[in-house]
Amino acid sequence: MKLLSRPFFWLIVAVTLLYALLPYLGGNITLRETLVLSAIYIILAANLNLMIGYTGYVNFGSIVFFGLGGYLTLWLIASHHWGLYPAVLFAGLVTSLLAFLLGFGVLRLRGAYFALATIGINEAVKDFVANFEPWGGAEGIFLPFTAFKAMGGPAKALWTVYLLIVLVMGLSLLLTYLVKRSKFGLGLFAIREDEDAAMVLGVKTPLYKTLAYSLSAFLPAVAGGLYFFKNGSVIPDEAFNLHLSIEAIVMVMLGGQGTVTGSAVGAFLYERLRGLLLTLPGLSNFHLVIAGALLLLIILFAPGGLMGWLYRVWPRLRRVLE
Amino acid sequence: MPEILASVLDGLLIGLVYGLAAIGLTLIFGVMDVVNLAHGAVIALGMFAVYFLFESGIHPYLGLVIVAAIGLAFGVFVYLIAVRPIIDGPPLMTLLATFSVSMVIIGVGTALWSTSPYNVDFPVKTLNLFGYTVTSARLVAALAAVLVTAFLYTFLYRTTLGKAVRAVANNREAAELMGIPSQQILALAFGIGTALAMLSGALIATLFPFTILSGGIYELKSFVASVLGGLGNPTGALFGGVILGLIEGAVAPFIKVSWTNVIEFVIFVLILLFFPTGLFGGRR
Repeated sequence: MKLLSRPFFWLIVAVTLLYALLPYLGGNITLRETLVLSAIYIILAANLNLMIGYTGYVNFGSIVFFGLGGYLTLWLIASHHWGLYPAVLFAGLVTSLLAFLLGFGVLRLRGAYFALATIGINEAVKDFVANFEPWGGAEGIFLPFTAFKAMGGPAKALWTVYLLIVLVMGLSLLLTYLVKRSKFGLGLFAIREDEDAAMVLGVKTPLYKTLAYSLSAFLPAVAGGLYFFKNGSVIPDEAFNLHLSIEAIVMVMLGGQGTVTGSAVGAFLYERLRGLLLTLPGLSNFHLVIAGALLLLIILFAPGGLMGWLYRVWPRLRRVLE
Repeated sequence: MPEILASVLDGLLIGLVYGLAAIGLTLIFGVMDVVNLAHGAVIALGMFAVYFLFESGIHPYLGLVIVAAIGLAFGVFVYLIAVRPIIDGPPLMTLLATFSVSMVIIGVGTALWSTSPYNVDFPVKTLNLFGYTVTSARLVAALAAVLVTAFLYTFLYRTTLGKAVRAVANNREAAELMGIPSQQILALAFGIGTALAMLSGALIATLFPFTILSGGIYELKSFVASVLGGLGNPTGALFGGVILGLIEGAVAPFIKVSWTNVIEFVIFVLILLFFPTGLFGGRR
């Protein structure tokens, strides 16, 4: 196994274990609730990185996968009495398949047109779900209490779901790492640099782009299922929150687009910063202002993000941190 | 039947205001290939601008002129700070830069005015138009939108400065070779686009209550309208807005209002997929 001899693989394993064990060993619920949000952010940012960082397509509405996953999961559990595990897997597969079909259409668009279309898709799905009575319309879906009973009571179920979310986080990092090291990943990077040249050189660009789009939908959908299961309910405004989608872009930019470490570190830092700004007295009203100003500063002065800066100061880091 | 016609008429009038907002968005895209994600926030600023002018005793319609001036200055300011340094970068950069401006505006607005609704409370008459009743505010808003558009066209096609804007939109390098200071023209175009957004916001504020977050809906409507007309095509954007208003008016008597958004966004995605240059072919 070549993978097992890579230090970066073990780094991913270590970070995942750290996330899993830190709150679990001490039974620290506050820490768990902090880390669950940052794990979700890392999942969203890492998978978005497949599109933005690798393929060069700016998906503004990536949150639609997360929301659809959440809705499908809760609907299957609440209305069809599925278990959590089959429900999230099914939700992930269906969302991924939908993304695949949709991808063949929208990925023909480039640049700003693609970005606008992804916003349109998210808003269309959100408004549709808000009117769709089988999914509870604007009130959303509430989980019956029995759903938690099947997993040994709410307290135990929440820990299980936390560990699953951390697992999905680890898988997201592993997936983006493996894609980056693969021939498929090289094809994606070629598309990012010059799509027409890539096509001339024999990269099957429509298929590659669509696969990347569909791949970037699977784990966020699973994560959405787990997250909203943990919440016990899902409503359209939370599931398809365009703002979170754009915050995910900020995380990827902050860490450095196209790097695995960058998307994770960016998401982690963004969550910390957001938490800090929300709790600081006097500043809580201004957290959006500060986040916006920070984003602008990154774009203007450090478009490579944190990793871009680190690579420049310390070029040998490139070999260790992907 | 008369009920539908009245609703369609209402839709037509509001559609002209959507069109005005869309022209602001599409003008900026047409001139510099920047999709302005601060559009909605700026529309909301226009709403608040006219509200505060009204509170200090200026009639909303008189306030429009001041709002336009503020918008122009604000747009140039935003361009210089956030857009100019990265104008030649990849589209992601300008999208994110304008979005960060939107975050700052919404953040400051939320801190100052919270997210509770405001209302420009001035006397409105109901008029009889061909046997249908419309409010004077709606009629004036539509007329103002048409007037501003006519004014914009006169500027773009009849003045040297306007011709310079169109030259830069067509080919920035060639325009520079002809001695046109393109950076100043870009700043001006961004200012005009922003002024149009603020004006449309001000007009909407005379019709409906609003919050600092209200701009988002109209930003999305502007996207739909400009894509309908072909991104970068001002006339198309106006017609796109009218089509949007007519659709809203025509379906309003039959289905719940919340479904109109679904229809609009489905149309939006379909148009992008099958007619990326808009319904009228456009020049892009």
